[in-house]
Amino acid sequence: MSDATATVRTERHPDLPPPATTVGVLGWLRTNLFSSWLNTALTLLGLYLLWLIVPPLLDWAVFSATITGEDRTACEPNPGACWVFIKVQFWQFIYGFYPPDQTWRVNLTFLLFVAGVAPVLIERIPGKKWALFYLLFAFPVIAYVLFVGGVFGLPLVETALWGGLSLTLVVSIIGIVASLPLGILLALGRRSKMPILRMLSVVFIEAWRGVPLISVLFMASVMLPLFLPEGVNFDKLLRALIGVALFSAAYMAEVVRGGLQAVPRGQYEAAAALGLSYWKTMGLIVLPQALKIVIPGIVNTFIGLFKDTTLVAIIGLFDLLGRVHTATTNAAWLGMSTEGYVFAGAVFWVFCFGMSRYSIRLERKLGAGQRRR
Amino acid sequence: MAQAQVVKAPSDDVVIQIVGMHKWYGQFHVLKDINLSVYRGERIVVCGPSGSGKSTMIRCVNRLEEHQRGQIIVEGTELTGDVRQIDAIRREVGMVFQQFNLFPHLTVMQNLTLAPMWVRKMPRAEAEATAMRYLERVRIPEQAHKFPGQLSGGQQQRVAIARSLCMNPKIMLFDEPTSALDPEMIKEVLDVMVELAESGMTMICVTHEMAFARRVAHRVIFMDGGEIIEQNDPENFFTHPKSDRTKLFLSQILGH
Ligand SMILES: Nc1ncnc2c1ncn2[C@@H]1O[C@H](COP(=O)(O)OP(=O)(O)O)[C@@H](O)[C@H]1O
Ligand SMILES: [Mg+2]
Repeated sequence: MSDATATVRTERHPDLPPPATTVGVLGWLRTNLFSSWLNTALTLLGLYLLWLIVPPLLDWAVFSATITGEDRTACEPNPGACWVFIKVQFWQFIYGFYPPDQTWRVNLTFLLFVAGVAPVLIERIPGKKWALFYLLFAFPVIAYVLFVGGVFGLPLVETALWGGLSLTLVVSIIGIVASLPLGILLALGRRSKMPILRMLSVVFIEAWRGVPLISVLFMASVMLPLFLPEGVNFDKLLRALIGVALFSAAYMAEVVRGGLQAVPRGQYEAAAALGLSYWKTMGLIVLPQALKIVIPGIVNTFIGLFKDTTLVAIIGLFDLLGRVHTATTNAAWLGMSTEGYVFAGAVFWVFCFGMSRYSIRLERKLGAGQRRR
Repeated sequence: MAQAQVVKAPSDDVVIQIVGMHKWYGQFHVLKDINLSVYRGERIVVCGPSGSGKSTMIRCVNRLEEHQRGQIIVEGTELTGDVRQIDAIRREVGMVFQQFNLFPHLTVMQNLTLAPMWVRKMPRAEAEATAMRYLERVRIPEQAHKFPGQLSGGQQQRVAIARSLCMNPKIMLFDEPTSALDPEMIKEVLDVMVELAESGMTMICVTHEMAFARRVAHRVIFMDGGEIIEQNDPENFFTHPKSDRTKLFLSQILGH
């Protein structure tokens, strides 16, 4: 056995820079891509797959694609994508059969929406309270009048004519806006001390979660009218909206419940000890914490809802995907389905990716300065 | 095992009266025939082994726990299921927890002004002035705009005390306020509590800080197995414990 020794320093050791191989581009490559034989092999395999996929894809989508012209004959000389199809059909993909001379109403509604949402979502823009008030109370009325019309000299536009991306946005935004508060109430109900309220919430949530959205929509459009008295007939779109909102509320309720469970009991107790009532405890203490915890889950539900709106095609409403699908069956454009679906997919992706990025930013902002113990 | 009142109280104005109180958790009989009167301005220290029901007893006083038999009367109001009475009592009774339980999503200032503004309907400016005054009393006015997560444990507990005081309570309950703290932070919290005691606040304090008990308590109560076993003034409690269980407990916490 050797002697136990220790070097005893008589002066402070200076701080040294880290070894060169762990920093910089080379260091990064080394630690992330070539740290072992297996890693190196996987990196090379990945590069090979990219080489197989990316060049032909770019060739199809960009280099050999056609963007000029008015009909399919323009595309015949080129082997790549025929974006002329999208260009010609573009306004229908956006507005459906909304009368072309009235589409300014859709645009104006959209602008008014952005004007309200921007201050709420972006920190630098002031006036959050007013914007929220406007969005919750004034905007729905304005939007309804503009979209539907029939008053103030605006011609009536039947919901059957609505379609394309604007319909997708109408369904998903209303679904999102309705499902969050409903979901919160259901989640609170499910954790309530009152057995009847608890049971009603559980039954509601489990019933809606247990059926596919398609059957909800079918029931809304086919079965509901059977139960309604003769002559009472409410709009197909409205029925679909209610179906979508209640369906996502059930999902939202479970997401929110997860957040509620993550708030420690001490928070409820401290609030109670200060004399805060149930609703003040929930609104000021518990929900702000619970919702922050489940932002990823909430946004996940929003994204799911946004994409699920495509199912309204089942009951004869033509959202973006429905419009694209119909256009590809048009005799003048047969064989263009790849372009159509790539376009629809890209539009959906942009919206979903946007929501996802925003949620990450929001989490970071809300998390700042609030390290948990 | 009712004992005669052995300690002279600082006043004869009873603010908390617990009579023949029992509590069960399911089948488990956690509190057994608790009888206790607390006088205005009195400071009581409650001690006893872990699991003896100390927390449960003081949590019954502001109805964080519900008792099943007997009476609890706080400031002349009996605690029943009536929500409005419960809220009224909670406004007058402050509580400080072992785990601080500050609201992590709010700044220190917001933690302090929330209840005065939402429960007492105090205007914001007045609530903030009050909050600042209490932050100065607990000696951390400079932390007003930080979040709780940015403070040390001792600072957090002092904020928690200030938060309770902002509601201007008549009674303060403390449930092991220093047990979750690192040793070097215990003193700063106890100093604040001593100062509060000197201001004449009625206090019930569950703690094992025996020096604190000697210094501020009028009365020390010993609990074991859900019962109050012994009560005495601090001097006699520590030097002449009567029951064997008290002697055993004292030897365990003082004997090392
Ligand atoms: N919510 C509860 N449900 C069931 N048993 C509990 C609950 N809270 C505490 N107890 C039990 O009651 C007894 C007394 O607990 P407590 O009042 O916290 O003791 P102390 O504060 O003296 O350590 C313990 O045995 C504990 O396990
Ligand atoms: Mg305890």
